[in-house]
Amino acid sequence: MSRTYVTCVVNGDPVDFLCHDYQTLLSALRDELGLTGTKEGCGTGDCGACSVILDGQLVCSCLVFAPEAEGRSIETIEGMAEGQHLHPLQESFLEGAAFQCGVCTPGFLIAAKALLDHNPTPTETEVRYGVAGNLCRCTGYDKIVRSVLDAAVRMREQDTRKETA
Amino acid sequence: MKYQAPTSIEEAVALLSSDPGARVFAGATDLIPQFQGGRPEPSMLVDLKGVPQTGVLECQNGYWRVGAAVPAARLTSHRELVSAFPGLVEGTSLIGSDQIQGRATLGGNLCNASPAADSVPPLVALGATAVIVGAAGRRSVPVSEIVIGPGATSLHHAEFITEFRIPVPARGCSDAYERFIPRTEMDIAVVGAAARIRLDDQGRCRDATVVLGAVAPTVAEVSAAAEILRGRQLAEAPNCKAFWEELGEAAVASCNPIDDKRGTVQFRRRVAAVLARRTVATAARRAKEAI
Repeated sequence: MSRTYVTCVVNGDPVDFLCHDYQTLLSALRDELGLTGTKEGCGTGDCGACSVILDGQLVCSCLVFAPEAEGRSIETIEGMAEGQHLHPLQESFLEGAAFQCGVCTPGFLIAAKALLDHNPTPTETEVRYGVAGNLCRCTGYDKIVRSVLDAAVRMREQDTRKETA
Repeated sequence: MKYQAPTSIEEAVALLSSDPGARVFAGATDLIPQFQGGRPEPSMLVDLKGVPQTGVLECQNGYWRVGAAVPAARLTSHRELVSAFPGLVEGTSLIGSDQIQGRATLGGNLCNASPAADSVPPLVALGATAVIVGAAGRRSVPVSEIVIGPGATSLHHAEFITEFRIPVPARGCSDAYERFIPRTEMDIAVVGAAARIRLDDQGRCRDATVVLGAVAPTVAEVSAAAEILRGRQLAEAPNCKAFWEELGEAAVASCNPIDDKRGTVQFRRRVAAVLARRTVATAARRAKEAI
């Protein structure tokens, strides 16, 4: 069966790939582009492990057909750190021990980034709702929630430093 | 399975007419899990998001046009829409996580035809109409006539909904939606209830529509609600006044629920009475602010 040619932007870089029409964006990212940071958990949109940001909108990449990516811009976990500099969320997760096995972590980081992109000063309740679409079977969530709140503070401090510099 | 992304109604209808195995989708949040669950894939998938009419969101000539493929996140962040139809937005915002909200649509929530769909009771309560296109042209049908049973709609092959039209609320009119789930988030309604209430200038109920979800094969309108509530002062919280009891009894009588893992028949009936009273009180409180 012929495959579909798709061009899009992933983490700021133009990319192209061939895919079957039945493939999901998750499968295209992992199997066609080799970006295996995005994980498959349930494959039905319940667990959030496959979270990516599609044209600024948080989605489950397992619920997007790969050909839908044509002309779109996608942010994945691979684009989160800037070179050797971790994103404040990644730093907070490391320092706050917000993960154990790590399978859910890329999805949590992306969901948390989407939340903080829209709302830089979330309350604890807003963080809990913001990551309600992500399941973690190890941590009990508390360390994740605290780490997101901590990252929000760090990001605000960074912004203030940038403004005063 | 072939993926197609038409950019006009004509192109979409032609694609659907060319293949009896074709089907439409918008957000795919119900569709892909069905494939994962073993349901056979169609021979062609027609993505409606590129058809401009499915993406409209505007108020004109006395009604709101809401595109069938507008994602929930766009509806819940639209200030004027939230203010016009707080209940519809409440129902829509309860569909899944933020990830799902970025994709899920009113057209999909309706045509997936789950008895527990959260956006359908408010759409029906608001008297919304679905604009349907197909090979035979265009027709408008009340949303209440689209779903005919679990997983089944009255749409013909090669037909799809482009948009919903919802009358602008009159003075003193507002709506509300509430559902019961055994947790705080990420679940499917055990019972849902929508109410649209219109008050006169003295705050008395002039008109009322109450629609229940998840208690029957399709949404169930509490047909006696208007008669019970007309002329009543509703803005205070439900108390022991007889008409509130009557409303609850009418809600129970409108139910035809099933027993399943989410709730028993008896539980669903009792919750339907409670939620009907609560949503009427909430809609009336909002309606009073709109006098």
